[in-house]
Amino acid sequence: MTVEYTMTYNRRAAQTKKLLKKLLIHLFILGVGLIMIYPIVWMLASSFKPDYLIFSDPGLWPKEFTLENYRTGWHVVRDITFGIFFKNSFIVACIAVIVNLITCSMAAYAFARLSFPLRNIFFACMLLTVMLPTHVTLVPRYAIFHYMDWIDTYLPLLVPKVLATDSFFIFLMVQFMRGIPKDLDESALIDGAGPVKIYFKIVIPLAVPALITTAIFTFIWTWDDFFSQMLYLNTVTKYTVPLGLRLFIDSQGKSSWGAVFAMSVLSMIPITIIFFIFQRYIVEGIATTGIKG
Amino acid sequence: MGRRHSFNQWWVGYLFLTPWLIGFFGLVLGPMIYSLYLSFTNYNLLNAPQWVGLANFQEMLHDQDYLDSVKVTLTFVALAVPLELTAALAVALLLNKGIRGLGIYRTMYYIPSLLGGSVAIALLWKNIFGVDGLVNQVLAYFGIQGKGWVSNPDTALYTLIILATWQFGSAMVIFLAGLKQIPNELYEAAAVDGAGGWRKFWNITMPMLSPVLFFNLIMKIINSMQVFTSSYIVSNGTGGPVNSTLFYTLYLYRQGFSYFNMGYASAMAWILLIVLAVLTGILFLTSKYWVYYENEREA
Repeated sequence: MTVEYTMTYNRRAAQTKKLLKKLLIHLFILGVGLIMIYPIVWMLASSFKPDYLIFSDPGLWPKEFTLENYRTGWHVVRDITFGIFFKNSFIVACIAVIVNLITCSMAAYAFARLSFPLRNIFFACMLLTVMLPTHVTLVPRYAIFHYMDWIDTYLPLLVPKVLATDSFFIFLMVQFMRGIPKDLDESALIDGAGPVKIYFKIVIPLAVPALITTAIFTFIWTWDDFFSQMLYLNTVTKYTVPLGLRLFIDSQGKSSWGAVFAMSVLSMIPITIIFFIFQRYIVEGIATTGIKG
Repeated sequence: MGRRHSFNQWWVGYLFLTPWLIGFFGLVLGPMIYSLYLSFTNYNLLNAPQWVGLANFQEMLHDQDYLDSVKVTLTFVALAVPLELTAALAVALLLNKGIRGLGIYRTMYYIPSLLGGSVAIALLWKNIFGVDGLVNQVLAYFGIQGKGWVSNPDTALYTLIILATWQFGSAMVIFLAGLKQIPNELYEAAAVDGAGGWRKFWNITMPMLSPVLFFNLIMKIINSMQVFTSSYIVSNGTGGPVNSTLFYTLYLYRQGFSYFNMGYASAMAWILLIVLAVLTGILFLTSKYWVYYENEREA
């Protein structure tokens, strides 16, 4: 009797201990996670606070609620609104996505499915450029675009994508296309389809997950790209969102942090929406290929 | 397709490869070679490049700003990469215990990585580590008098290291995927042999995860060497205070596009490439001592 009792007691104690441990892990993960996203949530909350509260209130709930930050931030420069920057960023990012999908998938198809002389050498070259720091081509590229009279247009941002220089995505698609069964090609061949037809009818439809991953990351990286947009765009009306945000630090000193926060929050909305819609693709894309995210 | 060419028309391959070929020769290989040439010249875009031999490289050795930028960047890499990877691994291990709500936690930890590279977050960082920023407001709550972390040359770089570490989410996702690949039988067998948690970690988890760790390490080093946006925004493009956030790429940008010393900037870019190549090479050489590939076991 007592033996039995102590046994169930011990088991129950062990169970409680296990439960407690689980609870502690949950609390820890949740706590650290909340601390990590606190700055972002605080920025969101502070974008509705008047400036003096931003510098005195570490809490979230605005004691004084205002939309003034959004109004002043939106009209960042005389006659120019943030709407223009958003429009420009959307145009550049969307074209970049479309172009990358077309040319990277073409190159990937050639590497993964076709055979031609020097294929393996070119493939090795492509792989080497995945890790290449862009700075090593920076000055000559700038000189080329300057010579073409493309500075202060979107062409320096887009032409490299037309020419499939984002080799990372080619690599990603090659990996994916190699996994598509070859029997499909062969049966299509018997039906008289050529390589072009196979590209459109078989490989592209089956490579959709890789295409979605490419589209998502092209959009995010183009949207967030600061360096090349700053390098190539000079006229304020052509500015993209990152350059619009930089305007706030150029006029430093009396600049209002409320307005900075308001526009910063707006600038992050598109990427956040994309993330929540395509979360699965993003997580899988990072997990399988190690995209830097 | 191997040796058996399914399509005899090899030109079809080149047809599909045309955009890439033009890009590779016109925007990658050609510019690379040209920038190597430019690194031995004085060049300002408007006049023809002037051959100066090794002068650019010799100048680097005496250029205090250049030496500062090297020091800043190496300090950053040496601290941010291990911190980021350790945090990523630790959280991934906690999340891998079949915990409920994994999806929500993963999202929570990933969001800083998703947004962290943007100008918006760099601006936020500049604010929260300012004199009246969020960090000091919280410290004041505990009665601690903070200082201007971003405006102090002793601490400015550390705010950027925190920013990088804060973005450990993407590495964590990669670790999580790697942890899922480890077969459970290994742990069960170890448990039968009486191995505790610590021994399981060092004898099973770490070796099985080492290829992923290796990959993450190389990617992080390469990316951390090229940090630009955060240092530019936080320091208003100056790399200050007193060069304390003058990252290599920021200095390269200023040499090339503020002072138009484009030969010097090209020389800097080539040094960066060589250092990255050497570092990656060394890591690959050491990898056979600590990276464990499963097919070795089968072989």
